[in-house]
Amino acid sequence: MEDFTTLQVVWFVLISVLWIGYFILEGFDFGVGILMKVLGRNEAEKRAILHSIGPLWDGNEVWLIVAGGATFAAFPEWYSTLFSGFYMALFLILVALIVRNVGFELWGKGQSEAWRNRWEWGIAIGSFLPALLWGVAWANIIGGTPIDANAEFIGNFFDLLSPYTLFAGLASLSIFFAHGALFLELKTDGEIRTRAQAVAVKAMPVATALATGFLVWTIARQDSLNVLTLITAMAAIGSFLLACAYAKNSPATAFAGTAAGIALYFTTQFIDLFPHTMISSISSTFDMTLNFSSSSHYTLVVMTVVAVLLLPFVLLYQGWTYWVFRARLSAEDFGDIKTPLDLIDARKKEGGDGSGTGTGAGR
Amino acid sequence: MTSLELARWQFGITTLYHFIFVPLTIGLAFFTAWFQTRWYRTGDEKWLRATRFWGKLMLVSFAMGVATGIVQEFQFGMNWSDYSRFVGDIFGAPLAMEGLAAFFVESTFLGLWIFGWGRLSKKVHLFTIWMVSASTILSAYFILAANSWMQHPVGYKMVDGKAQLTSIWAVLTNNTALYAFTHTILASLLTGAMVIVGISAWHLIRKNETAVFGSSMKLVLPVLAVSAIVTMGVGHFNGNLMVQQQPMKMAAADAVFQTQDGVGLSVFATGDMKSNPEGLNRNIQLPNVLSFITTGKPLGTVEGINDINAEYQQKYGPGEYAPVIWIAYWSWRVMIGCGMLMALLGLVGWWLARRGRLEDSARFLKIAIPAAALPFIASSAGWVFTEMGRQPWVVFGLLKTQDGVSPTVSSAEVWITLVGFTLLYGVLAVIAGKVFFRLAAKGPKTEDEEDPDNPHLGMAY
Repeated sequence: MEDFTTLQVVWFVLISVLWIGYFILEGFDFGVGILMKVLGRNEAEKRAILHSIGPLWDGNEVWLIVAGGATFAAFPEWYSTLFSGFYMALFLILVALIVRNVGFELWGKGQSEAWRNRWEWGIAIGSFLPALLWGVAWANIIGGTPIDANAEFIGNFFDLLSPYTLFAGLASLSIFFAHGALFLELKTDGEIRTRAQAVAVKAMPVATALATGFLVWTIARQDSLNVLTLITAMAAIGSFLLACAYAKNSPATAFAGTAAGIALYFTTQFIDLFPHTMISSISSTFDMTLNFSSSSHYTLVVMTVVAVLLLPFVLLYQGWTYWVFRARLSAEDFGDIKTPLDLIDARKKEGGDGSGTGTGAGR
Repeated sequence: MTSLELARWQFGITTLYHFIFVPLTIGLAFFTAWFQTRWYRTGDEKWLRATRFWGKLMLVSFAMGVATGIVQEFQFGMNWSDYSRFVGDIFGAPLAMEGLAAFFVESTFLGLWIFGWGRLSKKVHLFTIWMVSASTILSAYFILAANSWMQHPVGYKMVDGKAQLTSIWAVLTNNTALYAFTHTILASLLTGAMVIVGISAWHLIRKNETAVFGSSMKLVLPVLAVSAIVTMGVGHFNGNLMVQQQPMKMAAADAVFQTQDGVGLSVFATGDMKSNPEGLNRNIQLPNVLSFITTGKPLGTVEGINDINAEYQQKYGPGEYAPVIWIAYWSWRVMIGCGMLMALLGLVGWWLARRGRLEDSARFLKIAIPAAALPFIASSAGWVFTEMGRQPWVVFGLLKTQDGVSPTVSSAEVWITLVGFTLLYGVLAVIAGKVFFRLAAKGPKTEDEEDPDNPHLGMAY
């Protein structure tokens, strides 16, 4: 039996794209979530930071939901083994995401400093844990876990923690952290921007070093060198280095660098995994192939039609959102003014156009 | 407890909790869009204030729904991996479509709506809230198509002991799904309407913001009455369909043990509700009504639990094929009872409003406040009936619940996640509940009163 069909490869690529989209997008809001408490020195600054991702984070998270749903639809065996196997890790991620999501919404809805402080911690930890654990999880998928002859995971949570996977966790954490710092440098003004810039300049080399370490480790583990992974890994490192170089002076270039770096970093992992969905650490005969994991041809055809029809629109209107909310934010926007909308009115009074096309209208 | 029982408890708790917010969000998003349309059309300030006020409450519900929604998708794989393997070829497709077609639209346009006040033109901004409302309704369709396949599998064949999709069209146009969708969307409008009526009543009693709350209430009262009645009407036809598709569930709902002609509808019964007809004391019964509503004839035959059980043992092998009778019996009655109360309330309120006596009828307003809990009790009971009434099946006739659970997840692990989610959800219920009630009690009087120069009140964080 072949290891895979064309449509299975298409869906492996599509699911990779969904995960990569998730990591690029939610990656920066994980970083921002961790940094909110560090960079925001007062309520106005924290609000500015929160508003930089306010209209975006929920849409970013849908990439995860769709990645999960697509895995369920296209590769049910993969979905079943992975989700039941990585049970406790996914539980921790779910709890973290719930606390963080509710935190975004409720942070500003209480009056007291203590209320906001608690949610800031919730947002920080709720962003920190998934940023770390997604790296651990993917290193386990490509590195191998105790999968038996029935495609069942027979280990426990602690089997997921090895030097290799923990290193991967630190790497993903540092990448998302630096990515978030660059996002803030790009999207804010004033003191927050200066501080974000300082953090990004320091965090970027650390992220690059850890990412390089993980990629080298991954390639060193291969039985025979996969040249394609070598190329994508080098391109990933190049992108991160570019981000290092421009972190101070051109956050837009640097942010594009980390976005491309994240894409290539995870592409390396997906290529390493191909044509498998799960690797068994017990015996390579238990490795789960695409063909084994896959849905029927008919289901893949249906899903392909749906994805081809809908994904372009998703990209279009999500792109539009990023355009609408492209302006920079600063703490001054949120000082004694209660909401960012007030800011637009304030600008109008000052004679600005208030439409937010300048550097820093509300939100 | 075994990991099977624990996983079932976890599914029940997380799903019922999630479904507090789902109908509330669908309902409130629709009415918020409607109020905003009124503002757009009339330019009347009170509709703007109503839009912002109900929109804020919708956002709290939305946030809770989104946060608890990811658990729903993940736990199929986490706790029910053998179920996922069995149905993945079919069940995953509507789930993925829900994400692609509905969740992306919902999250993106909600962000645009919240943060777009004053930035987008009025027309585009109105469009964004309607997109939110439409996508919440669309997402309900896909998830109900998935659930309906578990109630009434269609468009599949069995290959190597797994269900394989043969027609996506059959799955998406499953008659069970179309009924369930209509029933659920109407119930969601009912939920939104009942909550708006309840909160408006609280303010009207205090003579607070009568323009906003009087108008809100008058707008939704007809919807409350009509949606309550039509929800029950659709439920009736849904029940008739169920008699054909899952006769055991309907027999359990009525605690009919022996197949009989001309059966009465039990309104209230006591007894052990076990499969012995003598153990059940029917106190109140409406003669021939059950036969009539299930068969259309007063003397029609209603199949009994014991006979269906014997038939299934022949067909599917030895075992118990009846659900827990008292749960099916009472959840069905609680759902319908709540629906009737809301229909009555809606009709009375509508009548009062038409006679211009709404604001003065203290008794109606007082009753309307606690009545806001009714839709939540009704929909929880409805889901308990639908899901527990299908037991022992997880996919009717194809896969038993006990065969769907994850084989490698230990009961200790399920204990941890069960306790973890329950505690987290409990804490969040208290916190989000407080915020919701505080915002509800505060009314639309907010920042814009303190700062009259600024007409835009922030929805955002």
